[in-house]
Amino acid sequence: MTIENKLSTIKYSPDTESHLRPDNEKCKSCKSKICQKVCPAGVYEWLEEEQRLLVKYENCLECGACRIACESKSLGWEYPKGTKGVLFKNG
Amino acid sequence: MSDIREQNKTEVIVVGGGPAGIACAVTIARAGHEVILIERGRFAGSKNVFGGAIYTQPTREIFPEFEKTAPLERKNIEHKYAILGKDDSTIISYRKKHEDPVSYSVIRGKFDRWMAEEAKKEGVILVEETVVRELIVENETVIGVKTELENYYANIVILADGVNSLLAKQIGLRETIEPKDVAISVKEVLKLDKEKINDRFNIADDEGCIYELFGGPMLGKLGLGFIYTNKDTITIGLGITLDEFGEDDSRPPYELLDNLKSHPSIAPLIKDSELLEYSAHLIPEGGYKKIPTLCGAGVMIVGDAAMLVNNLHWEGTNLAMISGKIAGETAVVALSKGDFSENSLIRYQNELEKTFIIKDLKTYKDLMDVMHAQKTSYLDYYLRKINSFFEMFTSVNSKPKRELYWNFIKNYFKEKNPKEILKDFGYAVKLLWGILIK
Ligand SMILES: Cc1cc2nc3c(=O)[nH]c(=O)nc-3n(C[C@H](O)[C@H](O)[C@H](O)COP(=O)(O)OP(=O)(O)OC[C@H]3O[C@@H](n4cnc5c(N)ncnc54)[C@H](O)[C@@H]3O)c2cc1C
Ligand code: SF4
Ligand code: SF4
Repeated sequence: MTIENKLSTIKYSPDTESHLRPDNEKCKSCKSKICQKVCPAGVYEWLEEEQRLLVKYENCLECGACRIACESKSLGWEYPKGTKGVLFKNG
Repeated sequence: MSDIREQNKTEVIVVGGGPAGIACAVTIARAGHEVILIERGRFAGSKNVFGGAIYTQPTREIFPEFEKTAPLERKNIEHKYAILGKDDSTIISYRKKHEDPVSYSVIRGKFDRWMAEEAKKEGVILVEETVVRELIVENETVIGVKTELENYYANIVILADGVNSLLAKQIGLRETIEPKDVAISVKEVLKLDKEKINDRFNIADDEGCIYELFGGPMLGKLGLGFIYTNKDTITIGLGITLDEFGEDDSRPPYELLDNLKSHPSIAPLIKDSELLEYSAHLIPEGGYKKIPTLCGAGVMIVGDAAMLVNNLHWEGTNLAMISGKIAGETAVVALSKGDFSENSLIRYQNELEKTFIIKDLKTYKDLMDVMHAQKTSYLDYYLRKINSFFEMFTSVNSKPKRELYWNFIKNYFKEKNPKEILKDFGYAVKLLWGILIK
């Protein structure tokens, strides 16, 4: 099953602005891009052509794994607003 | 400024409506004090994910009659420990129908919400859909919280904001969390007919079964899987330490879960089920050595925010509830004295040290270090060895049994050099010594 299929079972109220703010300069020189590997929602994707980290913040499950794993501890991370983000019914 | 302070001032603010925060707030309200419980989710439980089982005895310490009205799924009567190889498994199982069940499976979206509603009935002021962004600190004393909309002030602020506890970090009560000190956990709740659940797990309608899963896609990694039975769903998930994702070929957590689900010993249990909801959450794994400073002037820190989790036993909600309760009692004592200094609130830490919470975490203080050091051995080699022992033991191939045994033993000494064997036993003794003696 793809991650998109899994995520489609979750209720979200997406915000219009991202609560995840990578420091793209740091990302350019980041070797591991480990945020991509730990994220349980496939939020991050390194775009090699554009030299940019794509952040599908609206899929975020608010776990905090990327914040702790980030190679250079440069990932700006906060909880979405109280009315926004993920809503688990069966957590 | 001072007007607003007076208007928005209460006796105690608790941040986070999980088991720790709710237990804490209700303890304070029961003593007749004003307490505001702030939760960022739409309702308590809507951001929370666990295995899981809540434990009867500690839950009764907070809600003595919870079994009458709480949304409980099943009473657990069986606990299985499964060692998964690539395509085989060895399972140890303990089953007993206790008069008084040790634990119940629950769904946090229902159970936390129920607890919060109960707390409200007992006087807790519950504020939902509100994120505390920052603590307000004056003269090195925490005097309130900043939310998106307003500032609230209080004599004491209690941080029950869970594993990420950005607030404890803000005021320097704890260091930055390292990847090796948390596990990322993914889980799926799968819809399946009640009858099928009962048949496959050999249980009656209200009975439950827990699986703890070692190995499988987690072979050689610091990770554990779990299965819980709910009324008409099954929960399956796994947790893996964050520093296990550094390899070039490491796969994301949801792929490991898919691998676990398709393991030949697991797939038949969940066959024909339908994914109801996918979720993820962090588990604190730092243990005793990573417990932060537990209090400061005007502030205490409880539950996951304080790393109070016994991960080997999947115990977290109980440590959360009991630490919350003790912090609540400490707040009540402090309010009666009118003293909110660190010297007064240190009572919380002193009392906590007398309980199973700190004692258990101390007992397992070396566990994670040993497992990190020994994972290719304990979490890969020996797990496979256990399975290969039973493969040998159950084989029928017209070979004399003594020969089979000696081959098994010879292989062990071929695969492991004396130095490695010494190391394996040395670490095992160190671990046991730590658990049993000091
Ligand atoms: C996969 C998994 C399986 C587990 N299995 C079990 C099990 O079977 N049994 C068991 O006992 N334990 C289990 N645990 C551990 C258990 O879930 C935790 O130890 C327990 O939930 C901790 O309770 P808490 O109240 O400290 O934190 P949480 O339950 O995390 O509650 C924190 C609350 O604070 C809120 N919050 C956070 N920040 C803010 C903020 N800034 N402002 C406002 N609100 C905020 C959150 O929304 C949340 O409601 C498991 C954990 C995981 C991840
Ligand atoms: S790990 Fe941190 S620095 Fe590296 S790509 Fe991800 S966000 Fe950028
Ligand atoms: S918080 Fe968790 S789900 Fe959200 S982007 Fe980070 S790792 Fe992914």
